[in-house]
Amino acid sequence: MYGKGLRLLSISTVAAMALALSLVFFYAPLDADQGFLQKIFYIHVPMAIVALCGFIIGALLAIAHLRTRDPRWDMRSYVAIHMSLIFAVGALITGSIWAKGSWGHWWEWSEPTLVSFLIVFLLYATYQPLRFAIEDPERQARYASVFAVTAGAFVPLNFMAVRLSTAYVHPRVLGSTSNLPGPMALTFLVSLGAIGLLYATLCKYELTAKHTRAQLRALRRRLLGEGQDATKPRSRSAAPSVAPGATMSAQAASRSVL
Amino acid sequence: MGALLRKELLVELRTLESVPAMSLFAVTTFVVFHFALNRNSVEGDLAAGILWVTLLFAAILGVNRLFVADADQGGFDGFLLAPVDRSSLLVAKALTLLAYLVVLELVAVPAFALLLGPPFGNALPDLIGVLALGDIGVAAVGTLVAALAVRTRARDLLGPLLGLPLLVPIVIGGARASAPLFAVAHAGAPAARWLLTLGLYDLVFGLIAYALFDFLLED
Repeated sequence: MYGKGLRLLSISTVAAMALALSLVFFYAPLDADQGFLQKIFYIHVPMAIVALCGFIIGALLAIAHLRTRDPRWDMRSYVAIHMSLIFAVGALITGSIWAKGSWGHWWEWSEPTLVSFLIVFLLYATYQPLRFAIEDPERQARYASVFAVTAGAFVPLNFMAVRLSTAYVHPRVLGSTSNLPGPMALTFLVSLGAIGLLYATLCKYELTAKHTRAQLRALRRRLLGEGQDATKPRSRSAAPSVAPGATMSAQAASRSVL
Repeated sequence: MGALLRKELLVELRTLESVPAMSLFAVTTFVVFHFALNRNSVEGDLAAGILWVTLLFAAILGVNRLFVADADQGGFDGFLLAPVDRSSLLVAKALTLLAYLVVLELVAVPAFALLLGPPFGNALPDLIGVLALGDIGVAAVGTLVAALAVRTRARDLLGPLLGLPLLVPIVIGGARASAPLFAVAHAGAPAARWLLTLGLYDLVFGLIAYALFDFLLED
């Protein structure tokens, strides 16, 4: 049930990425000031936007978890934040490359978006250590959700504060899509869609993998007989795992695997 | 809640566990800054930065200790057995932390003036206002982070790790707002937008802490 639509999603992601990249390299005009270097913008900005939206989505899913106490919401929140963290690393690296290319430094403190991104990244980098430090799965999920909501509220506030602190030093290179010429704006929007699809696909893959693993564990336990494997404690982990018995019966598990 | 607050302050008064350590830490940090920067006196944004970084790190010391007695000696269980609203513990702890911070600043700010000596005599009322706004935010976020970290395995590590990034906006707002107060030529009052940033931060995280604290106390 969790793999449903995965193939369609993967194919459309590949197609969208191909379309976006061909638009970036063959359709979008060269930037008058920055030339070829500006093309990294089509990867960097969508990645940053998707990562931030992912953090916010993670916070919303965490609210759903706190309200319903359903561990599946915690799993989704975990996956959303985990993927956003990876996209945030990508955005930081591409941003750094862009800064080196256009200003000559690998790091640019007067670029507020990049600086806020670093702070947000540093905050979310503590998400996994926090989970890892709590053994009881139920409490781990609850505390992680509290953290996710707090951090989600922190994201816009932090951006505001950092933007204020540098807004008068450096002109904004790219304020919004409204000041982009048509072909550039189109390419940007397609790239944004493609990266968003990539994010969704990767999240879906991770969710599917986690559920498949849980089902596999349940089946193995059934084959070996109850009690033999059950005495072995679950190894400590930062990732949530849905207890197999809690979500579906073993028959349902075996059916969906077949 | 009054009883809780009284108990917290009484415990601190009898054990003298957090506040003296925080104050001593702040004064020592000023000495460290003197040698690290090789300056006899600082001014302007450098002074504001030193003051806020020192206060923040000293506050982290207090945050780390805030719930330790409750977690180790069954204070949480006792509280959960009592027929009171759970949020009252948050409010009592946040007010306790706020009181710690005020005492810390009563020591640290004069020590700062004495040791690193930026002339800010007539800017004192403004400085008190900025510090108060910052303290409220630190108290709200600090209490939430302390409750989040205290029952994990690596609580001494996680507290600062979680707290520092969350408190960056306080440092931005606080340091920028108090920088003109430490300028030699007294560049005037703190800019309104920094006070606004601090106020907004206090409001948002006060509400967040209030909304989420209950979930941390459920077992």
